[in-house]
Amino acid sequence: MSWAGKILRVDLTAGTVKSEPLNMGWAKAYLGSRGLATKYLVEEMDATVDPLSPANKIIWATGPLTGTMASTGGRYTVVTKGPLTGAIACSNSGGYWGAELKMAGWDMVIFEGKSDKPVYLSINDDVAELKDAAHLWGQTVWATEEHIKKSHQDPLCKVSSIGGAGENQVLFAAVVNDLHRAAGRSGVGAVMGSKNLKAVVVRGTLGVGNLANPKEFMRVTAEKKKILADNGVTGQGLPAYGTQVLMSVINEVGALPTRNHRDVQFEGAGDIGAEAMGRPRTAPGSDGKKPLVTNQACFGCTIACGRVQKIDPGHFTVENKPQYWGASGGLEYEAAWALGAANGVKDLDTLQYANLLCNEHGMDPISFGTTIGAVMELYDMGVLTHEQIGCDAQFGSAQALAYFAEITAKGIGFGKEIGQGSKRLTAKYGHPELSMSSKGQEFPAYDGRAIQGIGLAYATSNRGGCHLRGYTIASEVLGIPVKTDPLDSAGKPELVKAFQDATAAFDSAGICIFTSFAWGLADVAPQVAAACGDEFTLENLSLIGERIWNLERDFNNRAGFTSKDDSLPKRLLTEAAKTGPAKGKVNELGTMLPIYYDIRGWDSDGRLKPETRERLSL
Amino acid sequence: MQKSLHINAEKCTGCLQCEMACSFEHYGVFSPAKSRIKVFDFHATGKKVPYTCTQCDEAWCLHACPVEAITLDKVTGAKVVSESTCVGCKVCTISCPFGTINYVQETGKVQKCDLCGGDPACATACPTGAITYIDANWTGLDKMQAWADKLGNQPSAA
Repeated sequence: MSWAGKILRVDLTAGTVKSEPLNMGWAKAYLGSRGLATKYLVEEMDATVDPLSPANKIIWATGPLTGTMASTGGRYTVVTKGPLTGAIACSNSGGYWGAELKMAGWDMVIFEGKSDKPVYLSINDDVAELKDAAHLWGQTVWATEEHIKKSHQDPLCKVSSIGGAGENQVLFAAVVNDLHRAAGRSGVGAVMGSKNLKAVVVRGTLGVGNLANPKEFMRVTAEKKKILADNGVTGQGLPAYGTQVLMSVINEVGALPTRNHRDVQFEGAGDIGAEAMGRPRTAPGSDGKKPLVTNQACFGCTIACGRVQKIDPGHFTVENKPQYWGASGGLEYEAAWALGAANGVKDLDTLQYANLLCNEHGMDPISFGTTIGAVMELYDMGVLTHEQIGCDAQFGSAQALAYFAEITAKGIGFGKEIGQGSKRLTAKYGHPELSMSSKGQEFPAYDGRAIQGIGLAYATSNRGGCHLRGYTIASEVLGIPVKTDPLDSAGKPELVKAFQDATAAFDSAGICIFTSFAWGLADVAPQVAAACGDEFTLENLSLIGERIWNLERDFNNRAGFTSKDDSLPKRLLTEAAKTGPAKGKVNELGTMLPIYYDIRGWDSDGRLKPETRERLSL
Repeated sequence: MQKSLHINAEKCTGCLQCEMACSFEHYGVFSPAKSRIKVFDFHATGKKVPYTCTQCDEAWCLHACPVEAITLDKVTGAKVVSESTCVGCKVCTISCPFGTINYVQETGKVQKCDLCGGDPACATACPTGAITYIDANWTGLDKMQAWADKLGNQPSAA
């Protein structure tokens, strides 16, 4: 086994911290991280609880490969019931925090109840205790990490925390670790804030060493790293350009949602993508340097897609603000799109400024940016005015974007309404159809009209609008593992299901989904088997992935979701794409959804049939 | 031929595969906390720098040790700590100008890089070539070549 075999249970109401043995039966059936934490949540909690009430639980979880030499084995997930959606929330993060928890000897930490005053959890190998966080409450993510490292006299401890957005229960608040890696989506940070929990601090010196077959593990992980190194995407594209390599590709296929999905191609795509990141600034008065400083890796990652970026110190957003002048976490594709194309903004340094504020205060840039897209459309229609929102907000306004980032992060004025997300904001002003979301969670950077499968993936995603639950872009655009026609909805239900199930297994193993550009589950299985035991065959991992997907779905059904929630905004279903290869197309969700239910083994209301439960041992 | 660990920080991504490989080689666990090579992350500049013992010829640690627990491996040139001899006095940790020999509370001994007996696990594990194990006499070869290339491109040299 390479589970630590122990979990921490923290009762915030009572102020107690207890160690428990890991339920090994569940570990074998749900693997770890996403799957295993969801199993605990489902078994222990009523699905109908208010996400921001003390009755909700929130779990930090690692997988069996977290903290090992398997490439990208540094991931952890934060699992809870999400306040943005009311559905299961599972947000995945890299950096170094997850591996540190595992090396301290814990598979996961379960928080329940609510503290009556701000606290943080400190874990030092076997010793875990709740500590007063009164002095940290109100501090940013960055200041919190600095304070804790100083007061612990330990520059090597790892911090996973919330900033003001989580404290103020912004519904898309993130949990941030290592300054700029985030469990970003679904508002997991708001749940943390609702519990008066500021941070989870870990120092782990014990290490991970209980592999089932150490010699085979070292051999097979080295072999699989070579596959990543030799692959064009994971070996060259991602380290050189990061996920930003996608900006021009997706724009060319006419799937780059622009100005709140009014358009599917952005005239400024070349100004905000990978090419612009690597190009020296040329604007008069600029510093003449290129934004990208270097790439960087998360723990154990041999891909290293992370961006380290520097803003121009003379840029209007950071004048007299030296705290933003150094190198810091840079724009990846989804953030650059949401802060840029989704609003029509093409000024790269403004996007990076908004991105820095998202990291510093703990907000999801995807939901934030997409919500601003809706605000700008409402402003364009005259529904929102300068007086109401505090600025001019025409599409493309960099000034407005920077201003909105500040007031949302700090919970000032109209920023409080932005912090409720696009579904609630557009409904309040009488235009719910303008929220580009599914189950209340905003879409990421691909248009479901030009890429049919991703539309179905958004509509059926268990955590609401999301690309990381079934990244059919790999097949429909990049041809991985086989090319399918993005404009044709035939075969997409099968494709979506296959991606969703496999992704659940990747996530639950504790590795990064980006490995799947080069690896299939057949590459993951022998690594898990060498770590955990021979029973983890390809067939078993496939079944585990499908089981996890259905476990999440079943939770959502019990939380009140039905087939009518497997939906897309009217815009994607009735307003055809205006330009590009998909010109004239809408998303064919109505055709795909019944087929998807059928191959999932669900009834017409989207519920698991008894025989499906039986087949998956649910 | 003696070889040296050669570090090119420009290529380091901060993945810590080297630290895990080091702790696994010596202790059978993946644990950067037990690693003898350490990657430093300079956040404000984005630099990641691996650092470990350079195996000084006239090694301060070796000369300082009062019980002769640190000896020369004649094949690799490594200065190697004998755990059975070391008494944990820590004088070597004071004498080393570079901080690369350190006390380990759990064992009561000191530890330092021993070049894994001539096949350093960190260099094998490094995915980017930031850590290599090369001819000790020619660790500057790559840099010389790069400068030679620049010189060759000067108009005056044409």
